[in-house]
Parts: sequence; structure tokens; C-alpha cells
Amino acid sequence: MLLGSNICYAIDPAIPLAASCAACHGPQGNSMGVTPTLAALNQDYFIQRMQGFKDGSVPSTVMHHHAKGLTNDEISALASYFAAQPRRTPTPLPHQTFQGAQ
Amino acid sequence: MREFPQHNLSAASRRQFVRAVIYGGLAFAGLPAFGRASRPPLGHVVVIGAGFAGLTAAKYLRDWSGGNIAVTLVEPNSQFVSCPQSNLVLGGSKTLDDLSFSYQTARKRHGINWVKDSAIAIDVQNRQLQLSRGTLAYDKLILAPGVDFDYSHIPGMAIPVADIPHAWKAGKQTLQLRQQLESMPDGGNFVMTIPRGPYRCPPGPYERACQVAHYFKQAKPRSKVIILDANPDITSKKGLFLQSFKNQYDGLIEYHNNSEIILLDPVKKTVKTDFEQVQADVLNVIPPQLAGKIAQSAGLNNVDQRWCEVDFVTYASSAHPDIHIIGDSISAGLPKSAHMATSQAKICAAAIVDMLAGQSPNPLPVFANTCYSFVDDKQAIHVANVYRYDAQKKTMVSAEGGGVSLQASVQEGDFAQAWAQNIWTDTLN
Repeated sequence: MLLGSNICYAIDPAIPLAASCAACHGPQGNSMGVTPTLAALNQDYFIQRMQGFKDGSVPSTVMHHHAKGLTNDEISALASYFAAQPRRTPTPLPHQTFQGAQ
Repeated sequence: MREFPQHNLSAASRRQFVRAVIYGGLAFAGLPAFGRASRPPLGHVVVIGAGFAGLTAAKYLRDWSGGNIAVTLVEPNSQFVSCPQSNLVLGGSKTLDDLSFSYQTARKRHGINWVKDSAIAIDVQNRQLQLSRGTLAYDKLILAPGVDFDYSHIPGMAIPVADIPHAWKAGKQTLQLRQQLESMPDGGNFVMTIPRGPYRCPPGPYERACQVAHYFKQAKPRSKVIILDANPDITSKKGLFLQSFKNQYDGLIEYHNNSEIILLDPVKKTVKTDFEQVQADVLNVIPPQLAGKIAQSAGLNNVDQRWCEVDFVTYASSAHPDIHIIGDSISAGLPKSAHMATSQAKICAAAIVDMLAGQSPNPLPVFANTCYSFVDDKQAIHVANVYRYDAQKKTMVSAEGGGVSLQASVQEGDFAQAWAQNIWTDTLN
């Protein structure tokens, strides 16, 4: 079942939505920093935490600003997506010396 | 439980590609580099600009089409330099080396064709892009050229002046501005002018003021940061920045609103506004901005002759449906941030995969934006929102529940570092 519709998309709309979380939680939910890794997270736990951020019962610094903006269907879809992602050891960033551009 | 195959294309779409290839149903304008045998089944997308938006679009087009879309990226610079965190170079807690990256990993891992060149003009009729050396044919074109600077309306400084950097694209000018601050005598004035919005990175100027004041506090405590803001008020995270100005940098930062430049003397480094004449020791003019040059050249900057109007379902230009525009060049009531650029890039990439596969794009896209600003070397503040497409208003609107930090904290500073690591990894790996 796709998000909010029965139309068959080549790309399930949950995938770009989940990809939007990557800025803080890393590609496919594998975080490089102190923000939690969401990959392979238990689906029920994901939903429970997000619903908690949404209703204020779980305190948060940032996440309530996102959880409150998402529908229950979107939270469930994100839970399924992240539960299905493998945990990966992140590849180091391709750091380079500044070469003088611009 | 829903299934998310590693290969994100549905079986139906794959069958459709195969049919298309067999019957020649999909037109492919073709790069000379691709032989007939290796024609990509879905088509060829050219992306202009390898910043956060363009590189993200290229990468996700490759991944989400399972390699069935050929992607060529056109970028004149030889490396990626991150604007996010570049204000910390001015504050002294980061170096430009910390923010510079090779394009090689993204290019190789995702099989992106790379053309190190500048886009000069678009032949819309023939779907051809003219580069400074050669041409490129495309089925779909994505423009992610970032912002261009418009000095023409700055009274007294109608062209860029070498020792008055904008430092609004991370690079040489960031280093130049840091060096000017280091050379400035204690007791001097750092004057920064902010253009009327919209401009790239709404909280950026106020973060910069904090970073420079952080440096002054340690090295030049008798100096001052004077902000001349053409806007009626602080445009982003206002309460939080005011807290920092007052609690952390009392006497170091002066904020003057509605302070449009009436006359600027680039030799004397004076700025006249409606209210005063300010003498700068170090002058930082952040110029008014508009869509990148290639968008202007094709007449795509159809909002106030500055920004590009797009359809937020596909990011297709309202001027030319085969040209998609993402990132800072577009007109939107959305902040011009790196996270926003990557979120738009992903919606655009998904829509193009859908469209080239002969299917409809998701009519109601949703994405998130989180933007951190550092108020010193360790503490940060955020603004975070979910945005969803409103089909009536035909734009992305902020969902309920978004907002800003309660206060600056070291914890959010750690989150901000993690944000940078993760968005860089998502874009560059």
C-alpha cells in the first residue's frame, strides 16, 4: 500500500520522504554522528518514539518539530522503510585540502 | 510489512523499460560517449551544478533508476566546498580544509558521467546544452546553479571590489575575510551589509555576526560587529540570535534594521544609510542575489526577474517543462538552505524517474528541512519543519509543529556537527 493512494509509482513516495531524513540521520538511516542510526530499527519502537515526540510524552530537542508535521501513515511508512535498511559501517568522507576555488 | 527492494524500481516499471527498449518507445537524444549498445533504457539527464542540489539529484537519479538513467553532471569546479559551516572559518574553529571534498567518490560509486566545464546556453528546442567546450544532448535537464550576485543596484559599488569580499560562496573569499579580520586592529569595526530577502541561507548573516564576535571576544575585545540589515527585522531564528547578541556578545554586536545602503564608498569603506554613516575597518557586503547565470540566460528567472518559478511536484520550470530547477535558484516561500536543496533534489529525481518510466510522479510530495546555526564554537540553534505540497496553493507549505530551539546549547552544537557529517555523506559518498 502506497502513501495516500493506490497509484503505482516507479518510486514509492515513502522513499524520497525517508531520504529527506538523511541530512541528520545519514543515507538510508546510517548516521555518521551523534544523531541516532535509524537503519534496522524495530518498527514498533520507531512508531512509539515518533508518536511520543508528536504528543509530547517523549521529550526532544528537535524531533518534535518533525514528528508533529507527519501523518500517522507517514510515520508507519518511515518505520517500515528504516526497519528494512541494513546497518552499514559508514564510508569515510572524501576530505581534501582546499585547492583555491572561487 | 511493506517491502523496500534494494533496487527501487517496481517490477512493472522494469517490464515497461524492457518493452520500451524492444520497441524503441523511448527517445534518447544520446551522448556520443554512449554507443548504441549501451543506450540507457530510460534516457539521459544532464545536471548543471555539483552543489548540494545538483550532486544529490545526480546520485539519486542513478540509484533510484537502478542505473537505467544515464546522468551527466556539468561542473566547472574541481572540488566541493561546503557553505554550511564556512562561517566557522571566520570564527576560527574550522578551516576551509575541513569543508573541502573530492567529487571522485560520488562520481565513481554512482556511475555519474562528469564534465568539468561551464554551461553557457540552453537550446531548448533541440534539447541541447552548450558548454564552453562542446555540446551535450539531454532528455531532461536539471539546473542547480545556486545563486548569482547582483551588484548593479548597490549605490557606489556597482561592480565587485577586490578587498570587499562577500564570502557568500565558501572559498577564497572566506579565507580573505578571515585574514582581514586577523589583520584588523583591536577597536576596529567589522561592518556587514545584508540584502533584502530572499537570499541564500536566511540565518547565515546573523550566524556570521556571532562567529566574528566570538573571534573578537577572544582576540580583539574592543572591536565591534555592526550589522546593516536592509530587512525590517532579523529574518530567521530572531529570538535566539537576539539572546546570543545580548547574553554572549553584549557590546560587541550592533544590529541595525531597515538599513538599506544609500551610498557605499569602497575606498573609504564607509556605508551611508537612512540613519547614519558607518566607518568600516573590514567591510563585508553580501550582495542582492538571483538565480544562477545559466537560468538567467535561458530566461527561466521569471519571478521578479530574479528567481525561477517551478512546479513543486516535479521541479519543472514554468517556462520550459523539460527543464527542472532545484536549490537556491527557485522562487519559493522556502528558506534557501542545503537541506532544502537536497530535499528538493530527491523529489525532483523521483519525479523524473517516474516520468521517464511512463508513470505519474507523486502528486503530494512531503519533505523535511533542518537548519542549524552556530552561535559560537560549540553551541548551536536550529529551525526545523516538515513541508508538504498544497495542491490548491500549488506550493510547499510548512506543516504544523515546526519551530526553533528553546535556547542555544552544546548538545545542539553536537547535533549540528552530526548534521554536517550526514548531509556531506549523503551528498558526496
